[in-house]
Amino acid sequence: MSCCGTNPSFEEMDEVSRLVSRKLAAFQRTLRDNGFAVGLAEGQDAASLMAAGYAAKPGLLRSAFKHLFSARKSDWEKFDGLFDAFWLGRRVRSRSLAADSAKAANNPSLKSMQDDAQQSGSQSATDQAPSADDAPQGRGGEGRMEGASRAENLSEVDFRKLADPEQVAQAHEAAAQLARIMRTRLTRRDLARRRGYRLDLRRTIHRNISHGGVPISLVKRQRKDKPLRLIVLLDASGSMSMYTSVFLRFIHGVLDEFREAEAFLFHTRLAHVSGAMKEKDAGRALDRLSLLAQGAGGGTKIGESLQTFNRWHAARVIHSRSVVMIVSDGYETGDAALLGREMGRLAKRCRRIVWLNPMMAWEGYAPEARGIKAALPHVDLYAPANTLKSLSALEPYLARL
Amino acid sequence: MKDRDDIAQALAASGYIADAELATAISLMQRLRRPLLLEGEAGVGKTEVAKALASVHATELIRLQCYEGLDQSSALYEWNYQRQLLAIQAHRGDADSIEDQIFSEKYLLERPLLAAIRRDKPPVLLIDEIDRADDEFEAFLLELLSDFQVSIPELGTIKAVSIPHVVLTSNGTRELSDALRRRCLYHYVDYPDVEREARIIMARIDGASASLSLQIARMVAGIRKEELRKVPGVAETLDWAAALVGLDVRDLHDAPEIVHETLMCLVKTQEDKARVTREVSERILGKVA
Repeated sequence: MSCCGTNPSFEEMDEVSRLVSRKLAAFQRTLRDNGFAVGLAEGQDAASLMAAGYAAKPGLLRSAFKHLFSARKSDWEKFDGLFDAFWLGRRVRSRSLAADSAKAANNPSLKSMQDDAQQSGSQSATDQAPSADDAPQGRGGEGRMEGASRAENLSEVDFRKLADPEQVAQAHEAAAQLARIMRTRLTRRDLARRRGYRLDLRRTIHRNISHGGVPISLVKRQRKDKPLRLIVLLDASGSMSMYTSVFLRFIHGVLDEFREAEAFLFHTRLAHVSGAMKEKDAGRALDRLSLLAQGAGGGTKIGESLQTFNRWHAARVIHSRSVVMIVSDGYETGDAALLGREMGRLAKRCRRIVWLNPMMAWEGYAPEARGIKAALPHVDLYAPANTLKSLSALEPYLARL
Repeated sequence: MKDRDDIAQALAASGYIADAELATAISLMQRLRRPLLLEGEAGVGKTEVAKALASVHATELIRLQCYEGLDQSSALYEWNYQRQLLAIQAHRGDADSIEDQIFSEKYLLERPLLAAIRRDKPPVLLIDEIDRADDEFEAFLLELLSDFQVSIPELGTIKAVSIPHVVLTSNGTRELSDALRRRCLYHYVDYPDVEREARIIMARIDGASASLSLQIARMVAGIRKEELRKVPGVAETLDWAAALVGLDVRDLHDAPEIVHETLMCLVKTQEDKARVTREVSERILGKVA
């Protein structure tokens, strides 16, 4: 091992044979395919580490690369699997090895890479990448274009009429996209406002009386600006099952993109799901959530859920610039009067309540259910949300807050 | 100080029980001259890493606590306006010479970031809870961490005398920028496993025997598995261990009453307290061998 802290000389770099550096490049490509943000500087550092003797001990090398290449928790957790798959030829999850990466598995040592490392490297890279879920970066340009144009037609289709998995996937993608667009607009408004700070003369003079009125410490005035916080309460009961998955995807996008957002699921009881939603990998987050969403199928207790929310969470998650978005059909199986009461308490707390009701767009639907009748007086915006178009129609409303 | 085992030992000597991966991260930090970004739940001992690192290097710890609205004047430098004004009042006269005089080192107030790059011996710079600072500050920090020089308009550029060991911590209340993440080595600090937590208790609490420490660690691990809103961190474990030792408990099974009553050291919200009833605490205690 060379002394720490010194940069590797050119001779040292030569020691890392051409093959190894090619393999290293392939490894970085694998990481990028899996959503890691890996740049040139990391590559150089990695090469210098290998030259410094780390390459001889796979365990140490893995730990070192893990620190170097990971940038967030989700990276941190999937790194070991990727590393083992790539360098040691171990299988990841249930994916089967393709023919040429099996070759790599037979001579797993880091030093014995006589065969064309790049080819087998890049092959195995794509073959063994464990997640197919975070497709956005990985997908080729062609597929994405296609998605966009079809999404156009999709925007008017009611979510419950989405049948084949491909359409559903596109709707999910579009929902995530939508969440992203809404975030960008909102932040731009924040920035424009931040410029307006001036001198606060009154406080300045007051503070400087002790200096004989010479303005020594200036007091400035700046509008305290809190970003909009979006709190989503999603009804995951049986009657909503047609819509739950698309909204889950939308919420995932919202949590990822808004600086401040919280999400809750409810059916017969309330669950705080922001944590599960913070999972970067959308597919895995949805898996975790679907488990939470499969509550007891015994109806919807909106009132009780809201009571729980008001009692335990509201003080923490709601501030003056909060919008509460409730997505529900309003079929209350519990006590409708309780729902009305709790909605009243909630309305006092937050700035706006938006109630999205996917059923609203159905022909001949009127808010007859007891629950929704009790809740409506406290709702600021009552809108349908059964298509992507109706979801995006919300954005200008939120931006005005 | 090259080998990770040496580092682990040195950390242990200063009272921090590190796992092998963290020791690797610290050895890499020195080799690659990159900052170390520590992420993890509150109370898993992220800040302690920096403190232990400072005592390992026998150097100063300079801490910058981030908060919303943190700006350059409280993080980097500030002119001492009061003294400047006094100086102006005292020597009325040649404007040029006064200007040279009042914009000199003497009137400069060092804040943590400037202080950290002007020490002869590289200090440990702890940038705590970077996720609480604004995006703009993060971008500024990124620049400082890559160049290690600061430009002060009136004085010119100040280059780092020594490169500090930089440790950043984040609780994940806000997503950090990719650029900053890429610049840093990353380490996710998880709750320690039972064996390591027991060693931490023994290292930190005087009078905690090995068997008691192990029992406490197992009990805490059991409580962490319950669906709590605020999962107890290592600091809470230490509090609890100190409380038990202070109450002269030698074996948890001898004093289930005290165990339950002192759980307030670990369980800190009303909701969680309602969840960890006497039955629950006895059930968990029953599993502790």
